[in-house]
Amino acid sequence: MTDFPILTTLVLLPAAGALLTLLVPARRPELVRALGYGVTVATLGVTGYLVTRFEAGAGIQFVSTHWWMETLGVRWTLGVDGVSLFMVVLTAVLFPIGLLASAEVDRPKAFLFWVLVLEAALMGVFLALDLVLFFVFFEFTLVPMYFLIAGWGHGNRRYAAMKFFIFTMAGSAFLFAGILAVGFLHRRDVGFLTFDAGVLTEWASSPGALSSGTARVLFLAFAVAFAVKVPLFPFHTWLPDAHTDAPTAGSVVLAGVLLKMGTYGFLRFAIPMFPQAAVDLSWLLLVLAVVGITYGAVVAAMQPNIKRIVAYSSVAHLGFVVLGIFALTAEGIQGGLFTMVSHGLTTGALFLLVGMLHDRRHTYDVAQYRGLWKAVPVFGGLFVATAFASIGLPGFSGFVGEFLALLGAFVTSRWYAVVATTGVILAAVYLLWAVQRTVTGEPDGDNAGMRDLGPRELCTVVPLLALSLFLGFHPSPVLDRMEPDVDRLLEHVEARSDHDVPSPAPGVEEAEAGR
Amino acid sequence: MTVLAQALDAAVDTPRVDWLAIAPETVLFGAAVAIVLGRALARRRPLVDEASFLTALVGVVAAGVFTFVQWVVVDGDGPYQAIAGMVAVDGFAVFVRTVVLIATFLGLLLSAGYLRREGLEAPEYHALMLCSATGMMLMASANDLIVVFLALEILSIALYVLVAFDRRRVTSQEAGLKYFLLGSFSSAVLLYGIALVYGGTGTTNLTRIARFLAGTTLLEEGVLLTGLVLMLVGLGFKVAAAPFHMWAPDVYQGSPTPVVSFMGGATKAAAFAAILRVYAGAFELYRVDWRPAVWALAVLSLVVGSVAALVQTDVKRMLAYSSVAHAGYVLIGVQVGNEAGTTAALYYVMAYTLMVFGAFAVVTVVGRRGDRRHELADYRGLAGAQPVLAALLTLFLLAQAGVPLTGGFVAKLSVFDAAVDAGQYWLALVGMLAAAVSAFVYLRIVLAMYAPEDDGPAVAARPVRVDLAAAVALAIAAAGVLFLGLLPDVVLDFARDATQLLAAGGRAGA
Repeated sequence: MTDFPILTTLVLLPAAGALLTLLVPARRPELVRALGYGVTVATLGVTGYLVTRFEAGAGIQFVSTHWWMETLGVRWTLGVDGVSLFMVVLTAVLFPIGLLASAEVDRPKAFLFWVLVLEAALMGVFLALDLVLFFVFFEFTLVPMYFLIAGWGHGNRRYAAMKFFIFTMAGSAFLFAGILAVGFLHRRDVGFLTFDAGVLTEWASSPGALSSGTARVLFLAFAVAFAVKVPLFPFHTWLPDAHTDAPTAGSVVLAGVLLKMGTYGFLRFAIPMFPQAAVDLSWLLLVLAVVGITYGAVVAAMQPNIKRIVAYSSVAHLGFVVLGIFALTAEGIQGGLFTMVSHGLTTGALFLLVGMLHDRRHTYDVAQYRGLWKAVPVFGGLFVATAFASIGLPGFSGFVGEFLALLGAFVTSRWYAVVATTGVILAAVYLLWAVQRTVTGEPDGDNAGMRDLGPRELCTVVPLLALSLFLGFHPSPVLDRMEPDVDRLLEHVEARSDHDVPSPAPGVEEAEAGR
Repeated sequence: MTVLAQALDAAVDTPRVDWLAIAPETVLFGAAVAIVLGRALARRRPLVDEASFLTALVGVVAAGVFTFVQWVVVDGDGPYQAIAGMVAVDGFAVFVRTVVLIATFLGLLLSAGYLRREGLEAPEYHALMLCSATGMMLMASANDLIVVFLALEILSIALYVLVAFDRRRVTSQEAGLKYFLLGSFSSAVLLYGIALVYGGTGTTNLTRIARFLAGTTLLEEGVLLTGLVLMLVGLGFKVAAAPFHMWAPDVYQGSPTPVVSFMGGATKAAAFAAILRVYAGAFELYRVDWRPAVWALAVLSLVVGSVAALVQTDVKRMLAYSSVAHAGYVLIGVQVGNEAGTTAALYYVMAYTLMVFGAFAVVTVVGRRGDRRHELADYRGLAGAQPVLAALLTLFLLAQAGVPLTGGFVAKLSVFDAAVDAGQYWLALVGMLAAAVSAFVYLRIVLAMYAPEDDGPAVAARPVRVDLAAAVALAIAAAGVLFLGLLPDVVLDFARDATQLLAAGGRAGA
């Protein structure tokens, strides 16, 4: 079993499921649903097996590599390490839950087809270690997402889907140009064409391979594509529209996994390949991250639409991730990675809950809701708990991630961290305000007659919340697997740039010991 | 009697005719003649139509067999020249012939249902298509400027008639007339260029031109260079490179759509074969002189083609302008002028032929009776009514946009690859920008097809029938586009072998 191509399976299983979906007759929706659960749970199972076999600190493992387009130097190379492992897990966890949440969707066959295509593409994004292969998957996520928003969204969905498509497509054009440029420059220098991430990283980061101007241009080309995906201010304007008008499962996956493609891209490709440029330009990304944190939070507070509140909160949360990453310290990057996981769980749960509200009342208008705690106590309780998880109350996973990110940023980029800290307070403002307006008070009119959550709905939210709680108290299963690879990344950056990773700030030792 | 024969022998050195060298052309032309004769002799109409269709298909398949035999010979014994050096039998010719034959085969399949639908059934249609294909095939192996011109005329004159074939539609007549006028003008320019090259080098044979240029230093190059430019104009017209593209939108819009699907790829393949053989081959030594001109053509085509396509509302015109841009990508490969460039150009031509055929094939079907419904609005909601057709068109358009997993992606990648490798960074950059711009053109069509129903009336809601032959043609084209994208090595190796097995020109000949 050691040679079993487990990563290729992770990509091909959902893809095969998507093809199978086409064969199921459309008038048998129960078969379609069974197939969907079967495939996504099987993928989750394979991922679970991957986690148990994963060896922390062993670098990139489970590599499977084959020639794909030999003439063009493109290989099918998949691999996983501590940086990508939890993105894969997050993907595998969120898809069955997303499907469960959309059990009553119309045209289930087409819906499932696009969902499974999306899962296959996302697995590919997080596992690909060949730049062209990565780009193929990166681009390919657009198509199913477009159709999910345009086909099953609400409101101004066509506009939202189009905006999403055009924004990310424009970003990808830069990414593709950057990838080709690195590959071709490498060939001019070394003599053979390859897009292997390891080889190109080693070459591009070596001193003298690229002039500092070229490296900066290439870093920016990568950065634009990833910044649109994250999304960093000022590239974020597609996000609220896409989120608001997407179907619930679409929002869950969009917030939970798709946004992380950007931050993951920074960690996997942009920073290791152009470490000096990343260090030189880190101020730019830090500024954008801090602006995103505060701006996202302020705008979220102003929204009358509850789904837009959650959407803008994503801008703020992802700001913390970028802040942590570009602090370029072990704590910062780990905090960023951890926030990526935690945000996937808590924001996913928030979108699910908001979707349930919409199922009942067909509106996202905050002003329409009152006294939910009394009317629907189970929902109210879960909503409050999830809001606290999202704010980052100690005990929930959000706290660990944001705390580490701020801690890491404080060491190297003190004032950015200081400003960003206000974002934590603002998060409390917008979410608690939303909670206060909807949950407290006496239920009136339609609110009084709402039905509470059913078992199926509980099955979607509770696992996410439980995971967030578990990781909040016991983050080490995740952190321990990430740490060696984050250290490796930092050593690489230190060796290939003038960046000095400061020794842990006083107090961190104790914090780590306490963990 | 014997005296006369002796006198003739003395005066004209009749070349030995190697029939294998021109077997594919002979077979195609023979089939065309058989169809016309059969039409003249037979009485019962319906049977004639069926028979001519089958004859044409058999002719194409037979030509394909002979082309394969040529490949085996070339691969085994190396390339050679035949018929007094007029014709080159080499890998390059075989590759381009394969492209032309694929386009002809698919074009014939697609036309059958179209002709029936429009009530245009006539055996002459098939004969003309075969004639045109004969010219293209000849062009692929032409090793003499005179043969280039002859081939160009054979392919063009048949095309003029095909473009105007829909007698009842004024736009078709107009397109035919326009194509004829501009086409004959460009042929004249080409011929003038050939004359000047002859004046400059004393020969029209490409091998001898290369040898002459290698062994002689010209003090006055004016005549030769003018000739080179004029020939580029003439051939640039045929590939619809800007600024000689003016005919393309009108002709593409007006012609019967299956004719466009055939000529779009095949004409470009043939004309690019001539350009590559003449410029990258015979005039390789003059690269410094012709490369800037080709550079300008490439950049202009890329910019004009992709930008002008943005503002069109007629799908056929959009695709026409995008074909101008595609000519620009191939010209990038030509401009690079080395082996990698030629290989990339050949691969691009192959991929483009399949993509453009597929796109216009769907347009043919969606155009419905009358071949008129080509507005973007006519594609609204096509996905709801005919998911398979919409999915196929999406595939072909995404391939033209250069989306990964399709042949178009690999084609663009290898062209850029060749350009960057040759230090042509700006050309590659313009190409990439043009690709990004034209992606929106294709997206517009795709999004119109997948527009949600509640977004306005779905014009294309009433399903159209796809006949069996057209379905087969579409399936072949789609499979080809995917094959080129998923396993590009097979055809890339073929294109590289084809480039290396050149029988004429500067590299191998001189």
